[in-house]
Amino acid sequence: MSNIHLHYDVSGEDFTRAGEASGSVKKRLKALGYNTDAIRRVAIAMYEAEINMVIHAEGGFVDVDIFPDHVDVLLSDHGPGIPDVEKAMQEGFSTAPDNVRNLGFGAGMGLPNIKKYTDDMRIETEIGKGTDLYLTVRVKE
Amino acid sequence: MNKYFHSVELEADKCCGCTNCLKRCPTEAIRIRDGKAHILSERCIDCGECIRICPHHAKRARSNSIDEIENYKIKIAIPAPALFGQFNNLNDIDIVLTGLRAMGFDFIYEVSRAAELVSEATRQLIREKKLQLPIISSACPAVVRLIKIRFPELCDNVMPLLAPMEVAAKMARREVISMTGLSDDDIGVFFITPCPAKVTEINAPNSSEKSAVSGAIAISQIYPELTSKMDKLKVVEPIAKSGLIGVGWATSGGEAAAMLGEKYLAADGIENVIRVLEELEDEHIHGVDFIELNACSGGCVGGVLAVENPYVAQARIQNLRKYMPVSLNHLEENDLDLMMWENELTFNAESFRLSEDIIEAMDMMEKMEEICKNLPGLDCGSCGAPTCRALAEDIVKGNAKETDCIHKLKARIQSVYDQLGNLK
Repeated sequence: MSNIHLHYDVSGEDFTRAGEASGSVKKRLKALGYNTDAIRRVAIAMYEAEINMVIHAEGGFVDVDIFPDHVDVLLSDHGPGIPDVEKAMQEGFSTAPDNVRNLGFGAGMGLPNIKKYTDDMRIETEIGKGTDLYLTVRVKE
Repeated sequence: MNKYFHSVELEADKCCGCTNCLKRCPTEAIRIRDGKAHILSERCIDCGECIRICPHHAKRARSNSIDEIENYKIKIAIPAPALFGQFNNLNDIDIVLTGLRAMGFDFIYEVSRAAELVSEATRQLIREKKLQLPIISSACPAVVRLIKIRFPELCDNVMPLLAPMEVAAKMARREVISMTGLSDDDIGVFFITPCPAKVTEINAPNSSEKSAVSGAIAISQIYPELTSKMDKLKVVEPIAKSGLIGVGWATSGGEAAAMLGEKYLAADGIENVIRVLEELEDEHIHGVDFIELNACSGGCVGGVLAVENPYVAQARIQNLRKYMPVSLNHLEENDLDLMMWENELTFNAESFRLSEDIIEAMDMMEKMEEICKNLPGLDCGSCGAPTCRALAEDIVKGNAKETDCIHKLKARIQSVYDQLGNLK
C-alpha cells in the first residue's frame, strides 16, 4: 500500500519548539482530507509524545507514515530510558522537573493520554540507551 | 445564491500585483495571477486583512448605500456598538441614535440590546448544561467561517445562537410589525457596520436560510453625514435602551466579561485567534468554559469599515459605559427559540484538501513534497503564491508551473545560456 513518509528531528535544546512536528503532521493530514477524528487523535498523541521527548530525553526524531486507513508514528530518543513502564503508564505518575510543571506539563497524563488516543501503542526502552515509542491511529468509519 | 458570496472584492485598476495582501492573508486565499490579485473563494473568510494592508486601496468591501433605505416603507437602523466609539467627546449615545433618525431612519434598535439578550441566553444555556464546553462565541462571522473551513473538530463547540446583529433585526421587525401592522416586506433593516464579514453574513448566512437584515451600511460611509447631523440636533430623543454589558461587546473581552464568570478567554486579531483554535483543537486549553474570539485587533471597533483608531475607540467606549446600568434587556418567553440557529454548523472539507479521493490526495502530496525540495524556500511571493509550499500545491493542482518561481526561471535561463555557449 502506498504511503507518505515524513521525518522530523526534534530538538531537545529549545522547549518552546516542542509541538512543531505534530503541528506539521496535522496540517498535512488536513490537506489530505483525512478523517477528522483520526487527525485529532494523531495530533494529540503525537504532541504528548513530542513533549515527553523534549522534557525527558533531550530530543530525538519522529518518523510518520501516513496510509489511507491508518497512521504509524515512531518517536525515537537516546534519553535515559523508562525504568518502570507500568508505573509510567499510571495516571498522575510524573518525573517531570518543576520548571516544566509550571508551564502546565508534567501532570502525569502524557503516556496515559497517548494510550487513550491511539489504537496501538508499544514502548521499547532500555536504561541509559533510550526509548522507542510506536503508535498507530486507525481511521474508524 | 452563489455558492460563495464575498463582500471583499478587488478593484482591478488599482491593483499593481504587489505581494502585500498575498503575504497577509491568514487563510492563504490570495494568488497573484497575470499581475492582479485573485481571491480563492472557497478559502476567503472576509476578515478584511487585505483591505487593511493594501497600500493602493485596491481591495474594498461591498456594502449598501444609504439611498437603498428608500426602497422600504419603514426604515430601521440597527447600529453596531462599535459606532459609539467613533465620536470625540460623546457622553450620550442618544445623540448618535437621534442623528441616525435625522438621516431618515424611522426606528432604531441598538445591536447592543440584542447583545445583552445573547449574553443572557448564553449564561442560561451554560447553566442548564446544554452546550459542549468550552463554548466558542459565534458573534464574529469571520471566526465562524474560519472554523467551518479549517477546524472540523471544533464545529460542535460553536455557540448555536444567532449573532446580536441577527437577533436585533428579528426583534426590531417583531416590534415594528406589532406597532404598525405592516408586513415584513415593507420593512427594511439596515446594519450600521464596522465589518465586511457581517456584509457576507447577511448575504450568505452561516447558520440560517435567510438573514432578517436587509442590508449593511459601512460606518465609514455614513460617518461624515452622521456627524454633521449630530452637530445640528436641536432635541436629543430618548431612544437608547442598552446597558454597559451590551455596549461592551464593541471591544475585545466585552462579550466574555458579560458571562459574569471567571473561566473565560478572549483573543483578538486573526493570527491570535488561529493560535487559540489550534491549541483548542489539540486539547491544550483547560479550565475555560467560554471563548470569545474576534478576527479584528481590539474587537469590533477594529473593523476595517470603522473610522477611528480601535484603541482610541476602545477608550471612549470604556468612558461611555461608566454610568450605564448593567443590562436593560432580558429574555422573555419564547425569545430563546427565536435566537437559536436554524442550521447546524457543518465542516466544509473542500477548502483545504487536495482531493476528494484520499489515494489521489496522497499522490499529490508526495509530488508536492518533491517539488518543495527543489524550490528555494524563500517564501518571497514573487511567483504569485504566498509560500513555496503554496506554489507546490498550486503546481500539483495544475494551477501553476515550476517556472513561475523567478529563481527557478533564472536558473533555467542560465542553463540554456550555458548550453548555447558550449555549442560554439
